[in-house]
This record gives sequence, C-alpha cells and structure tokens, in this order.
Amino acid sequence: MNLDQTMLARILTMMTLSFHIIFATLGVGMPLVISIAEFLGIRRGDDHYLQMAKRWSKGYTVTVAVGVVTGTCIGLQLSLLWPTFMKLGGDAIALPLFLETFAFFFEAIFLGIYLYSWNRFSNPWIHWALGIPVLVGSSLSAFFIMTVNAFMNAPQGFKLQDGKIVDVQPILAMFNPATPTKAGHMILSAWATTAFVLACLAAYRMLKGNKQEYVKKALRLTMVLSLVFSSGTALYGDLAGKYLAKHQPEKLAAAEWHFDTGTQASLVLGGVLNEQTHEISYGVKIPYLLSFLATGSPTGEVKGLNEVAKDLQPPLFVHYLFDAMAGIGSYMVLVPLLYFLWTRKRGREVPKGLMRLIVWGGPLAMLAIQLGWVFSEVGRQPWILVGYLKTGASATTSAHVGSMVILFGLLYVFLGVAASRVLLRMFRNNPIPADVDQGREPHVA
Amino acid sequence: MSLENVGITVLWMFLYGYVIVASIDFGAGFFSYYSFITGREHLVNGVIERYLSPMWEVTNVFLIFFMVGLIGFYPDTAYYYGTALLVPGSIALVLLALRGSFYAFSHYAKSSALYRFLYGATGLFIPASLATVLTISEGGFIDENNGKVTLALDRLLSNPYSWAVVLVAVTSVLYISASFLAYYAKKARDPAAAETLRRFALATALPTIFASLLVFFTLRTHNPGHFERMLDIYPLFLGSFGCFLVAFALQVTRKSYGWAFVWVMLQFLFALFGYGASHLPYLLEPYIKVHDSITSPQMGLALVIGLIAGLCLLIPSLVLLMKLFLFNTKYASGKLSEEP
Ligand code: HDD
Ligand code: HEM
Ligand code: HEM
Repeated sequence: MNLDQTMLARILTMMTLSFHIIFATLGVGMPLVISIAEFLGIRRGDDHYLQMAKRWSKGYTVTVAVGVVTGTCIGLQLSLLWPTFMKLGGDAIALPLFLETFAFFFEAIFLGIYLYSWNRFSNPWIHWALGIPVLVGSSLSAFFIMTVNAFMNAPQGFKLQDGKIVDVQPILAMFNPATPTKAGHMILSAWATTAFVLACLAAYRMLKGNKQEYVKKALRLTMVLSLVFSSGTALYGDLAGKYLAKHQPEKLAAAEWHFDTGTQASLVLGGVLNEQTHEISYGVKIPYLLSFLATGSPTGEVKGLNEVAKDLQPPLFVHYLFDAMAGIGSYMVLVPLLYFLWTRKRGREVPKGLMRLIVWGGPLAMLAIQLGWVFSEVGRQPWILVGYLKTGASATTSAHVGSMVILFGLLYVFLGVAASRVLLRMFRNNPIPADVDQGREPHVA
Repeated sequence: MSLENVGITVLWMFLYGYVIVASIDFGAGFFSYYSFITGREHLVNGVIERYLSPMWEVTNVFLIFFMVGLIGFYPDTAYYYGTALLVPGSIALVLLALRGSFYAFSHYAKSSALYRFLYGATGLFIPASLATVLTISEGGFIDENNGKVTLALDRLLSNPYSWAVVLVAVTSVLYISASFLAYYAKKARDPAAAETLRRFALATALPTIFASLLVFFTLRTHNPGHFERMLDIYPLFLGSFGCFLVAFALQVTRKSYGWAFVWVMLQFLFALFGYGASHLPYLLEPYIKVHDSITSPQMGLALVIGLIAGLCLLIPSLVLLMKLFLFNTKYASGKLSEEP
C-alpha cells in the first residue's frame, strides 16, 4: 500500500465515518424506537413501556452526544481532506448539505425539549408529540446526507465545462438514480440495527437470569421491530442490487466476481478467486440467481467486469464484504422468526441458545452496517464522483495528513472508551426494579 | 439585494448567533472550573448546568450551519480554507469534540478534576482558535505557489494582530457569558450566584474594550485597507461602544441584568457587523471575493428558498425552547426535575 496523501486522507475519512456511523445509526433508530415505546405506554396505560422509553432515552443522550461531535468532525473533514471535491461537488450538491443542517437544528432543539421535559405536561401525549420532530429531523438528516452520497455514485443535474460545474439543477442532483435505494436501505438498516441492539441488551439480561415482566416485554417489542425492519432492509437491499445492475454495473460485478457479460448469470457465495484466471474455487454457485437478483428475470443480462477498463475496476475483495452483509441480513430476519415460532405457544420459555443468537445479533448488525459502507465506498473506487473526478485527484495537498490520522485516532479511542464505560455503568448501575418502581405507584400489569 | 450579499448577510447572522450562544457556553466552562478550584462551586454550577444541558447541541449546530452555508454559497472557500487549515482546523475539532463529550459523560460519570480542567481550558482555547480563522481571512498568512496552498504558521504566530484577536476573543467570551449567567442566576432566584457572576462580568468588561482597541490599532499596520474601510463606517463602532456603556452602567448599579445583557448583545451586534461589512468584498484576502466566488444562480436560489423554509421551522421551535427552559423560572431555579 502506498501511503501518499490520498491514501492517508482515505484512511482518516474511513476512520471518522466508521466511527460516526455507529452513533449515527443509533441516532436515526433510537428516536423511532423510543417513540413507539412511549406510544404503547400511554396507549395501553402500561408503565413498563414508559420506563423503556425513559431508560432508552437516557442511553440515547450519551450516544447522541458522540454522534454530534463525530458528525462535526466529518462535516469539517470533508473540506479539510477533500478540498477539490468539495469545491467541485459543492457547486452541485450544496443544497442537501445545507438542508441537512436545518434538519439537525430542528432535531437538536426538540431533542433538548424532549429529554428535559418528561414530567412537565399533565397530558402525556404532549410529551410524546414532542418526540415526533426529533424523529422527523433525524430521518430527514439521514435522507439528505444520503442524497449527497448517492450523488457521488450517480452524479447528474450539472454539466462540466473546463473543470467548472455549470448549468446546475439542484433538485435533479439531489434526486439522482441512486437516492431512493441508498436512502431507503440505509434508514431501514439503521432502524433494524437499533432494534437489534436493544433486543441484544434485553436478551442479555434474561440470560443473566432476570425474569422480570419488563425485560420480557422489552424483548418482545424489540423482536417485533427487528423482524419488520430487517425484512424491509433485505427487501431494500435487493432493490439496491437492481439499482447497481442498472447504473453501476462495475460495482455489482466486482461484488459478485462476475467477469463475462451474460444472461443466466449465477450467484457466487464466498469462495477464493484466482486473480489471473478468474477461476473461483470453494465458492457456492447458485445458477440463475444473479440474473434474477439483478434484473428480476432468471435470464436477464448482467454486465461483467471485463467490459470495464482495468484501471477503472473496483477492488475485488468487496465480494466478501457484500456476502457478509447479506449473510448477516438473513440472520437478522431468521432469528426473530425463530423467536416468534417458539413463543407462539403461550408461556414457553425462550431457550438459552436462541437467546444467545439474539445477543449476537446486536454486534452483528453493527458489523453489517460497517461492511455495507466499506463495500459501497470501496466499490465506487477509483472514483470519488463517478465518471467525473477520481479520488486520487481530489485529496488535500497538505503534508500533515499523517499526523492528523494519529490525532483523530487517539480522539476516537478516547471517545469510544469513555462512551462505553459510561454506557456500561449506566446499564449495570440501573437494575430495572429500582427504575421501574421509583416514585411510582406499583402498577399491576 | 444581490445573491452574494444575501448569502453573506445570512451567514453573518448565524455567525452572530453562534458568537452569542457559544460564548455563553464557553465562558460557563471557564467559570465553572474557576469556581471549582476556588471552592465556590456550589454558587454557580447549578445555574450553569441547568442552562447548558438542553442548549449545547443547538449551539453546536450554529457553527455547522455557518460552515456548511459558507461552502454552499461560496464553494471556493472550501478549497482555500480547507487546504490551509488542515492542522489548526483539526486541532480545534478535537477540542470541540472533547468538550462536547463532557456534557454526555459528566452527567453520568463522576467528573474528575482533569476532566473539569479540560472543560474549562477548552472554553478558552476553542474561541481563540476559531477567532484565528478571522485573522487568517485578513490575508498575509496563506500562500499559493504553483497551485499549492499553504498556511504560514510562523508568520501567524509572530504577528501582533493575531494575538490581539485572540485576546479579544477570550475576553469577549468571558464578558458575554458572565453577563448572561448573571441574568440567568437572578431569574433562577439565586442571588449569591448572581452576585458572583456580576462581579465576573464587571471584571471582564474593561479588558474586553481594551482588547478591541488593540485590534483596531494592530489592524492598521496589518491590513491598512481594511482599517480604512472600518473608519468609513465608524458610527457602527461608536454605537457598539455606546451600548457597552449602557450595559456597564446597568451592571454597576445592579439595575437590571436582563436589560444589561440585551445591551451587551447589541454591543456585539454592531461590532460584528461593522467588522464584517468593512471586511467585504473579501472573504479571504486577496484570493476570494464575495462576487467572484458566489455559487451559480440556480444553486443560490435553491439555497435561499431552503433557507426561508428552514427559518419558518426554526424560529418558532427556538422560541419554544427558550420559553420552556430559558424564561421559565421554575425550571431555571431547579424546581422541575426533568431528567429522563
Ligand atoms: C444492518 C445492516 C445491513 C444489512 C443487514 C444489509 N445491508 Fe446492504 N447496506 C447497508 C446495510 C445493511 C448500508 C450500511 O446501509 C449500505 C452501505 C451504503 C448504503 O447505501 O447502504 C448498504 C449497501 C448495500 C448495497 C450497495 C448500494 C450502493 O452502493 O449503491 C447493496 C447492493 C446492498 N446493501 C444489498 C443488501 C442485500 C441484498 C442485503 C441482504 C439482506 C443487505 N444489503 C443487508
Ligand atoms: C459524510 C457523511 C456525514 C456527514 C458530513 C455528517 C455530518 C454530521 C454532523 C455535522 C452531525 C452533527 C450535527 C449536530 O450537531 O447535531 C451529525 C450527526 C448525525 N449524523 Fe452524521 N454525517 C454523515 C453521515 C451520516 C449518515 C450516513 C447518517 C445516517 C445514517 C448520519 C446521521 C446522523 C445523525 C442522525 C446525527 C445526529 C446525531 C445523532 O442523533 O446521533 N450521518 N452528522
Ligand atoms: C456515514 C457513512 C459512511 C461511511 C461509513 C463511509 C465509509 C467510507 C469509507 C470506508 C471510505 C474509504 C474508501 C476507501 O478507503 O477506499 C470512504 C470514502 C469517502 N467517503 Fe464515504 N462513507 C459514508 C458516507 C459518506 C457520505 C454520505 C459521503 C458524502 C458526503 C461520503 C464521502 C466520502 C469521501 C469524500 C470519501 C473519500 C474518497 C474515497 O475514498 O472514496 N461518505 N467512505
């Protein structure tokens, strides 16, 4: 690996984004899940759900803060590390970035209100309603930032003349062909991941022998949500694949090790590639499936990598990233299904093995988010703005990127350790009974 | 008004907003640390915490807004400032990040002396480093050779003007913050805290004025053109000084801390807009002028429409936030425990 400015800038971008996305994912998902729990609590008059909403928002105050500071980092680093890209792209894509800050603003204001006004109103629905703008704001900011990323993959709505962007159509640039699948898949995967992370915590408590009604309800709720959102994620992932087949066939071909354009293409799972002969050993080949996934017909034509000039091909290791992401996606659908099959009979205890699978689902879902991003971003290489600007031509010329990598590395280690410690302490020091019964009349469920 | 002027006016308004709300926050950090080491913590900390907890994220967004807006309206700024400011910008970011994490962690972790120190120190270092961007915009510190943009750090650090700006940034932060917190403490019916904070305000008032004068004089040698343009609009700066005198009088006589703070806000409104107006047409001397670097008319129009729609949403929400926390005596005095 050649550690030039570009490579260092890529490493720093990757570090910041991978760290930010952990908290951003929760930032998109938590408001929804909290809002659902509070809704159920008020609607059914069930204190357990209200306590869930409160406990989760307590944890959320910590993750949101780290999300905000790392988001500030990436927001500035885009200009610090990729000045040429921001200057060129800024002309075409400033609108969603600008709107995103409004969405943040809106979210931040109501988050402040929501978190610090739990007991302020006599009508509980007012407090619940104050959570809606938080939910809308965070989903909108995710949507806007995804349009920017979509634009990098499928730029449109401008003309390039002598290295300057002219004839800009901001709305067209925002709603480019990649926008629907990118935004949809990302937002749904954030919801699914959040639900699974919370399910993981509840299952962990149960494994540790906690049999309270509260924990059971929390697990059940998060399992319902996991099932719905994970299925949505998988469906949208399929649409994302179809988008790739149509607009970025080289990314899909690299992900599937598909070299020769052809109909009736088969899907390869895993395997080892011989880069010279393009022969695949050990992999599982499923005939027709790739054609079917890419086009909706088992005999559809799928473009192969050989049609792309050698120096414009993305790296081939993304195949594993894609497989792992899709594998985890299936896991995230299957595990909740198992849980519901098992608990269909009333009163049946969930077996330890299944509980462990749920616990594993939390970290795996987070891993899938990371894998998906690295796949999507590395699969775009060598372009930063597909067809217009190469990554190598847009990095900063400053000589100090290397030391900045170290500086931010230390910052993220510190933030990561501190946030984990605070969250763990919160989790341990707040056993449920203390919280649930605090200053409240015992509630008979 | 032409697009480039609309753009810079809006951005400047957000910068003004940031200067006020962030100063309150930064200064509060310093006062909190100061009262911690002098053993008077109980006097001011409650007030500070109740104000800051719901506000800090909003404060942060003001800054992001300014930056994103700047790049949106004037894409060239991304290129020059982005390249030149990698190191100082990154350092400021790290400080901001450490500080932001304080709010999240201190509530739930026992805050150590080290963390408190960091919190207090970043409250002074961040404004100093952010203000340095304004220094750089005056020109003379960024070189462009064969398309390579570099920042001359040695020249920056040895320049009297840049130190004057640092001084004015730090003193203003403390002054704005103390003026506001004195009012907030009064509102919270905490006379002891209000008195302490009033003294802080009085102690920082004259240094602020002194530092501003220093900026005027050093700018004269550093950037005579800008100095001339400032003289052209001297009434603004006189107005700023007038507002200061009113605020100072109100604080000395303990008449009304609320009105005193309003006058402080006006003082900085005049000063910041006077500074900004005379800075034009440059965004970065001599490389970026507002009318050369303005984005395309289509994007500009889209941004302005987005801005208007956004403000329609924001202003009522901000009013609600202030009503619930800032101007609610029960909340301010800690009678409502609102933690989740
Ligand atoms: C919990 C996380 C998660 C899970 C389970 C899945 N994905 Fe995913 N995927 C993402 C999280 C993600 C992501 C992090 O959200 C990505 C990265 C970039 C993006 O837009 O979304 C992504 C990107 C992404 C892309 C690339 C889109 C592009 O670059 O334009 C495709 C084709 C898929 N996914 C397909 C799938 C399929 C077929 C899945 C099968 C179940 C799947 N994903 C599960
Ligand atoms: C390069 C990409 C990104 C940039 C420049 C960016 C920028 C930012 C900024 C500046 C903040 C802080 C805002 C504040 O102060 O409130 C932030 C936080 C946040 N970001 Fe990112 N972001 C990026 C990627 C993403 C993605 C892909 C998502 C969506 C999945 C996302 C979702 C969020 C959310 C929800 C927050 C609010 C904080 C929280 O709720 O945790 N961001 N981001
Ligand atoms: C938050 C989720 C995101 C993650 C985790 C992510 C991940 C990554 C990774 C891993 C790289 C390095 C690629 C490589 O080393 O080859 C990268 C590059 C980059 N990403 Fe993304 N990305 C995200 C979203 C975005 C968004 C929304 C934008 C646009 C605003 C963006 C802009 C960039 C840029 C400018 C680069 C550097 C050029 C490159 O290497 O392609 N990313 N990102």
